[in-house]
Amino acid sequence: MLAACGLRSADELFTQVPVEARLQRPLNLAKGISEYEIVDYFKAQGERNGTGCASFLGAGVYNHYRPVVVDTVVSRGEFLTSYTPYQSEISQGTLTTIFEFQTMICQLTGMDVANASMYDGSTAVPEAALMALRVTGRRRILVSRTVHPEYREVLRTYAGSAGYPVEEFGYDAESGQIDLRDLETKIDDQTACVIVQSPNFFGIVEKVQQAAELAHARGALLVFTFTEAVSLGLLEPPRAADIVAGELQSYAISPSYGGPFAGIMATKDKFVRQLPGRLVGQTTDTNGNRAFCLTLATREQHIRREKATSNICTNQALIALMATVFMELYGKRGLRELAEQNLSKAHYLGSKIKPHFSGPYFNEFVAASKSRHSPEELNRRLLTHRIIGGLPLKKFYPELSDAMLLCATEMSKRADMDTLAGTFNE
Amino acid sequence: MIKKVRSHITQNEDLIFEVSSPGKIGYQLPALDVRAVDPAEALGAANVREAIDGFPEVSEVEVIRHFTRLSTWNYAIDLGMYPLGSCTMKYNPRINEAVARIEGLAWAHPYQPESLTQGAMEVIARLEGALCEITGLDAVTLQPAAGAHGELTGVLLVRALLESRGNPRKRILVPDSAHGTNPATAGIAGYAVQNIASNRQGMVDLEQLSRVVDEDVAALMVTNPNTLGVFEENIVAATEILHAKGAMVYMDGANMNALLGIARPGDFGIDVMHLNLHKTFSTPHGGGGPGGGPVLVKKHLEPFLPTPRLNRAGDAWTWDYERPKSIGRVKAFYGNFGVLVRALAYILAHGGPGLRNVTVDAVLNANYIRHKLRPYFDLPYDRPNMHEVVFSDDLQSAKGIRTGDIAKRLIDYGFHPYTVSFPLIVHGALMIEPTETESKAELDLFIDAMISIAKEVEETPTTVQQAPRSTRTSRVDEVSAARKPLLKWQPGL
Amino acid sequence: MTYPENYRYTKEHEWVEVAGETATIGITFHAQEELGDIVYVDLPKAGTKIETGKSFGSVESVKAVSDIYAPVTGEVTESNDTLATTPEKLNEDPHGAAWLIKVRMDNPTDLTNLLTASDYQKYVGAES
Repeated sequence: MLAACGLRSADELFTQVPVEARLQRPLNLAKGISEYEIVDYFKAQGERNGTGCASFLGAGVYNHYRPVVVDTVVSRGEFLTSYTPYQSEISQGTLTTIFEFQTMICQLTGMDVANASMYDGSTAVPEAALMALRVTGRRRILVSRTVHPEYREVLRTYAGSAGYPVEEFGYDAESGQIDLRDLETKIDDQTACVIVQSPNFFGIVEKVQQAAELAHARGALLVFTFTEAVSLGLLEPPRAADIVAGELQSYAISPSYGGPFAGIMATKDKFVRQLPGRLVGQTTDTNGNRAFCLTLATREQHIRREKATSNICTNQALIALMATVFMELYGKRGLRELAEQNLSKAHYLGSKIKPHFSGPYFNEFVAASKSRHSPEELNRRLLTHRIIGGLPLKKFYPELSDAMLLCATEMSKRADMDTLAGTFNE
Repeated sequence: MIKKVRSHITQNEDLIFEVSSPGKIGYQLPALDVRAVDPAEALGAANVREAIDGFPEVSEVEVIRHFTRLSTWNYAIDLGMYPLGSCTMKYNPRINEAVARIEGLAWAHPYQPESLTQGAMEVIARLEGALCEITGLDAVTLQPAAGAHGELTGVLLVRALLESRGNPRKRILVPDSAHGTNPATAGIAGYAVQNIASNRQGMVDLEQLSRVVDEDVAALMVTNPNTLGVFEENIVAATEILHAKGAMVYMDGANMNALLGIARPGDFGIDVMHLNLHKTFSTPHGGGGPGGGPVLVKKHLEPFLPTPRLNRAGDAWTWDYERPKSIGRVKAFYGNFGVLVRALAYILAHGGPGLRNVTVDAVLNANYIRHKLRPYFDLPYDRPNMHEVVFSDDLQSAKGIRTGDIAKRLIDYGFHPYTVSFPLIVHGALMIEPTETESKAELDLFIDAMISIAKEVEETPTTVQQAPRSTRTSRVDEVSAARKPLLKWQPGL
Repeated sequence: MTYPENYRYTKEHEWVEVAGETATIGITFHAQEELGDIVYVDLPKAGTKIETGKSFGSVESVKAVSDIYAPVTGEVTESNDTLATTPEKLNEDPHGAAWLIKVRMDNPTDLTNLLTASDYQKYVGAES
């Protein structure tokens, strides 16, 4: 091959790289190791990570069972190793699954159109805020303190970089839901959007309709987010929202220390041209057969360049595919039954450990120990029973520093919940 | 003659909503071991939804058949070469998939106590170290989810540094050969984009650069090798021009596959760059994601990196949130950890010498294609290329055939098309990057196909114009799809 | 293609028809031919101010977007709403039914930078 290129040695391939730019020594990395050694290394790291414990952590990442069919499907080379479906004729597999995904997200959220996925919920929310800024032409973003704290941090980074002020409104100390009066005083004619999460970070179902009415009365958009997708199987969808931006990790996506996940964005028909991300549309081929293709690409970076709706290029196709398989396996009845089980498990726990807030909760709630034990101390004790307790809230909500956020899902066993409650009430 | 493929019947398959039938299920939940709670009672009736209208109801076998049939309609790396330029479609090693699924890694919750996530943190630390060594930069964040996300992070870092020095400045320079994410990112970060024209060799014009760079310029975003696959021979001088005016140089690391073990961006003047783990480091494309877009920086940018950063406390890893100068978070948690695991597995498997071989093979393969196709396709820039080569459709357009047509005909030969019409500085571009994965045999099949198509253009151009002819889906009507978008299934459609 | 004599043209391929202080503006045959099948048009609402040389909207094909530049300065009085549902009109009748906007000109006599039909004809002849 070198001969075909008219070269005598591989080194000649690099004469085009000027000497001052060349690396003059080998890379300081160990030699390559065998497959067995690689497995060994990662197994060892895995073992240091608390395997074999029951966990009551939620807070934006949830332990739900992953049906085996999910990995069977996504492991097919035609899905795993395929490229973005720009060439429709040889990507109908991917395009069809995305079309189904978009459809199901609309059915779940009550929106008219959904894109092919975003990186995750935490980046979908800022993208929704930026979209609201574009649609309304206004400058201010209002977000509830009950939206996931890390989502709010990312929002601040994105909005701050574009020079838009982000303000927060508070929650009612008794119910744990948004403080509608606080919201009302803070909305003005420069508010582009109001962002609420339901179930909120405390696990409580929000007054979405009322928040939407307040926003719309002043010409602002309502951005709805969620972190626990299982709730969509049971809770009334946010039909009054203008943009939905949430997280699908609960749908057969491994917690995997925080990623990769799959965010979603969905909106009303009238806003579709302001929606970032990929969109798959239905069309026909030259033989009149139904076919799918990427469409409305003129919103995107490779065409609009500096005027794009977003700079996004990659989405989360394979992860969204996991969620798609999950949604189709569980189906209409399964998503409902799964959500009801989550509700029942959490409320069983909530009957043993009194929730701090009075608002209606789905599968998470805040609880403080009545005894003198701090959340950290409780968790230490729970570990001796090989139980990982809830998230101590001090880090995110100093006013709740004696409390933790507990989550129970269909994977939580009654015996573990009893042990947890016992330790809590010691 | 078409050697790589032959017709075969593929299964038809409807949309899942059309397969659906009321009452079918594909799941089984364990019996509840606690009392069943009535949703209306617990949540209030107004909060409880009706059944999800239109949602599918199918059995497990229908799900398996559905997705298996659909999968057979896709091309994939596992089926053959993707000559896509700047995408680096290399083989996705299956060991990566296996280790990412190890229980302790796949089920680690980001909020587990640190004493129970030392393994995950060790993986992150190891990868950070390896990427710094590979790129010659000093510090790294693994938080960004993909290349474009990394670009935004990088530009925000530049802005934070310049702001700390008193003036964030207003403009970012972007070569006209750049990938669209570059100017899109600069725009989103609030900078005005100034395009700089490439010189006659398709490279950054030093003369123009010296004229244009002033104290209002925050940074130059550069890709090296550039999107023509050519190493920017004046890169060091270019970075000096920027640095002399207190500006930064951002490198889009999409083409890193040409540099492993050969040259390090940190050594040729780059201040900040991103990598695409789903390109150079073999994590699978999965039909369009997930990716990983680590951002690497020189020391002067380190304080501004996203929070948190990994620190050593005694003999344990810990997350450091005390970072007053940080730009904040760009994503929740710590990054696409599952993708990071795969990238590290790849690096461990290759090691230093192995990674250098990757680049040598990638550059050799691209040059082999260049030399073999040179007699048949116009080469607009006669500079040595690295891991990718860009031709134009000039010779074929005389017959009314464009790069897009040739690309579609390539499908009939059993390949995925190369990158069409990019970079924009080449009229009618054919951008080809084989990667090191491809053997001579596969490359020869590709070369034969391209030569055969070039002959078809001369002799039977309609064959090319009407391609693809042998796929189960022929060319789709993108115009109607854009004029009257149908973006979801509805009953009765 | 014969370009209407009574129209004036810009180098960015817009045409203007002036009647008193009202200007009707569109894109030329050449422009729609370059773009290919038009899928969407983004136009300003009535009341918007436009300024000579600045972009006031855009025209999209599947793979490209083109800004439309104002040939005159003034206020938009009417926007061609039919293009929202039938953008293909721009390919079919760019000089007639597919006009884009009507503008009340600030300075009805300021047409100095615009090309005549024959100048424009030469210009696009030279371009292609």
